[in-house]
Amino acid sequence: MRRIVSILLLVIVALGISLSLAKIPFGTPKTKVGRHYIDEGIKETGATNIVTSVVVSYRGFDTLGEVTILFIASIGLGAVLSTFGEKTVRDIEPASLVLSTGCRVLFPLILIFGSFVFIHGHLTPGGGFQGGAIIASGFLLIYLGCRERRISQLAFNLSESLGGLVFVVIGLFGLVLGGYFLSNFLPKGTVNTLFSAGIIPIIYIAIGFKVGSELAGIIDNLIEES
Amino acid sequence: MTIIVSFLVVLMLVGAVAASIFKDLISAVIAAALVSLLASILFYFLQAPDVAMAEASIGAALTAAIFIIAIRRTKRYEE
Repeated sequence: MRRIVSILLLVIVALGISLSLAKIPFGTPKTKVGRHYIDEGIKETGATNIVTSVVVSYRGFDTLGEVTILFIASIGLGAVLSTFGEKTVRDIEPASLVLSTGCRVLFPLILIFGSFVFIHGHLTPGGGFQGGAIIASGFLLIYLGCRERRISQLAFNLSESLGGLVFVVIGLFGLVLGGYFLSNFLPKGTVNTLFSAGIIPIIYIAIGFKVGSELAGIIDNLIEES
Repeated sequence: MTIIVSFLVVLMLVGAVAASIFKDLISAVIAAALVSLLASILFYFLQAPDVAMAEASIGAALTAAIFIIAIRRTKRYEE
């Protein structure tokens, strides 16, 4: 009985959503601002990746909010799971030679790939969030493969705080020099080269460090507990 | 193109249903990660490589790992 009622409710909800969404024509531009980003984005920000120009430049303040949410989630997890002082040393069965060697070979490559993604965020697809997540998956590999290795919490906290600090300080510099928060006060340079687009690469590198160390710290906290 | 996309969507649906009916929770997490992986391929075909990268690394890798770590602390099989 309960199952039938829940299936019925689901069907009603799905019908309601699909009927109301069917009225909106698919793929037609509904606002003028999207057209503006596509046409003028490269000229105004100097970043060839338009997604990056929206995320870091036009909507940079929202990105600060997103990074803050991730920061609070990571802090909350650390507070709930922290062991307060003494950490019990578990007797871990070491991984086999093939597995640990493979992890040691793959880990630097993943790290380089993640850094490439967030350093070239203004030129190619990807950016701080994607690069940070790739770096965190590299740390996950180390935790699973070389189980006796531990990365110090201090290093995570340091790079996390440094990333956030660089983001906010550059935003405030923009406020002082350009008149509004996160204004692009550095020269834009030639389009499509690594040193271009003003503050965008700097901010994306800071976000990459921050997101990578936050996600890796979350995994570290969880694995430490289990 | 349409054939590839519809094949991916059907596989995603199969994965999602499998994730909800499996009694073995580890298998359910793997099926959910498969849905994320296929979604990231779909995003790539829909010309959103930025979203595809985020979905593949967060949805398929990190979320599945966090779920598996949590399941290791509790029960593996759902009764």
